[in-house]
Amino acid sequence: MEAVIAAAVSIVFLGLSYAMILYIVSVGLSVTMGLMGFTNLAHGVFAVAGGYVTLTLMNSHGVPFFAALATAFAVVAAASVILERFLYARLYGASELEQVLFTIGLIFMAVAGAQYVWGPFPQRMQLPDYLRGQISLGFRDFPTYRAFMIVVSLALIALLWFGVERTSFGAQVRAAVDNRRMAQSLGINTGRLFTLTFALGSGLAALGGGLGAEILAIHPAYPIEHLVYFLIVVAVGGLGSLRGPFIAAVLLGVGDTAFKYLVPEFGAFFIYAAMIAVLLWRPAGLFGRG
Amino acid sequence: MLAPNPTVAPVEQLARSHRLRPLELAPWLVAGASFYVFDIYLPLGAQILINVLFALSLDLILGYAGIVTLGHAAFFGVGAYTVGILAVHGGWAEPLTGLIAAGILAGVLGIVTGLVILRTHGLTLLMLTLAVVFMLYEAANKATHITGGADGLQAFAIDPILGLFRFDLFGRTAYLYTLAVLFIAWAFVRLLVHSPFGRSLTGVRENVTRMHAIGAPVRRRLVTAYAISAALAGIAGGLLAQTTQFVGLNTITFERSGEILIMLILGGVGRLYGAFIGPPLFMIAQDTLAKNEPVFWLFYIGLLLVLVVMFARGGVLGLIDTLWAWFVRRRR
Repeated sequence: MEAVIAAAVSIVFLGLSYAMILYIVSVGLSVTMGLMGFTNLAHGVFAVAGGYVTLTLMNSHGVPFFAALATAFAVVAAASVILERFLYARLYGASELEQVLFTIGLIFMAVAGAQYVWGPFPQRMQLPDYLRGQISLGFRDFPTYRAFMIVVSLALIALLWFGVERTSFGAQVRAAVDNRRMAQSLGINTGRLFTLTFALGSGLAALGGGLGAEILAIHPAYPIEHLVYFLIVVAVGGLGSLRGPFIAAVLLGVGDTAFKYLVPEFGAFFIYAAMIAVLLWRPAGLFGRG
Repeated sequence: MLAPNPTVAPVEQLARSHRLRPLELAPWLVAGASFYVFDIYLPLGAQILINVLFALSLDLILGYAGIVTLGHAAFFGVGAYTVGILAVHGGWAEPLTGLIAAGILAGVLGIVTGLVILRTHGLTLLMLTLAVVFMLYEAANKATHITGGADGLQAFAIDPILGLFRFDLFGRTAYLYTLAVLFIAWAFVRLLVHSPFGRSLTGVRENVTRMHAIGAPVRRRLVTAYAISAALAGIAGGLLAQTTQFVGLNTITFERSGEILIMLILGGVGRLYGAFIGPPLFMIAQDTLAKNEPVFWLFYIGLLLVLVVMFARGGVLGLIDTLWAWFVRRRR
């Protein structure tokens, strides 16, 4: 009995840390897709770019972990503004097929570029000393790094939710998601709003990539390999929502960890079956509209 | 496909569009001549023809019915595995019935998944098509005693076609066999898209609300088209298994779905002949460029996709249309 409880606690703990990374990376995608209806398959590119910036700064230049993460956020957010203004913005009215193809093209270029610069192998992370080893939570020990990830992610999520629910900027975003044309007629500059949201979402993805580098290894094929999981979080959670993807990420993170631990021979089979079931029950996702 | 021609009334133009134009025979002349001219490249040629068939099946649902899918390899893979499993475990090595079995199984899968998937649209539909291909990949990967897992099904023998024509080392039989199957499939798809059924598919793509309003059975039309397309993709997969005598996990991946999508886009979507132009261009370029520098190849494909979406949304055929229209205007 004790062994079962111990296993369950491990699964929930590992699953939660995984879920936090999935959420931090995907939440920006949910908001931007809800805002502009843009099918962006290349969101993982921002996450892996954040991972590369973080790891390169830490490993080659001895930059501390937090400073490296902050730089990754800034660099990727700035780069995403350029991409958004010059490329994405031209395809807002385009068909879904064109958006899908365009973002697949971006993924391919990013994968090839990353492989050219950093080589095909995963980047190793040199964890700072204070994140190594185990930490005791009274009743048992947990890996410090995983616990740290959960805490930092929860802080980020609290900040994000406060920003969207309590600030004027957040109110504008919510208004534009609900009814873009109405928001425009009220004088909200939705173009600028979207650029800002896009930058914020990409920056968050970069943080997720850097923070989660030990769980989702930083290597060139990252944007393709994890694409489906990021999309599951958004589709199951519901477009344009903050709460939906959180719940979807927790279900996916814990569920995936549990299935891989309990029935490894079935791999990700159950996850896809569960996703199909949810999407048939609620085609717009758990918290989606429409 | 219907370039605006000011001298002909639109109704007349529509009524004429099903008539065979001389230019439509060009692909077959090129394919026939290639058999003699490029005789050392016949194995590559057969692969190209298989992808033309695969792209043609995708064009039916993507180009005509407007269903954006990233899971079309599911049907290709099911067709390939059907042929492979029948030959390895059932001793069923007769090629024509094997191909029919591949088409039927893929078609049934198309009906079952189509009934489920086509209730949704947008991102949800995209995700469901992805889920189908990933689930089948997992199944094929784990059921090692049936599918061979990561090693695939290797070196199974396929009987001579009609008991007469053996599959030879140089790929002559494979090339002509594939060409014949493709010809039949083309004639069928061409008939289909110019039929009232095909027109109603285009109607669903252009304005689904109006199609509902005039009483067209939208869902049934879409599922039918999806199943036909799935069966054709299954036949393409079956052909690959028969001509290479190998079935691997790479027949049933998201990457293969994406690749065939790219080939079709490159040629031109919803034009029937885009499927004949994209795969040869893509695969010949891949054969010459990708061998030495696979990384650069991926980069160029990505760049090409972005450029096509930005500047040439109709693919190669769209570009030709634009140039032709410009040329006609200049002359007048």
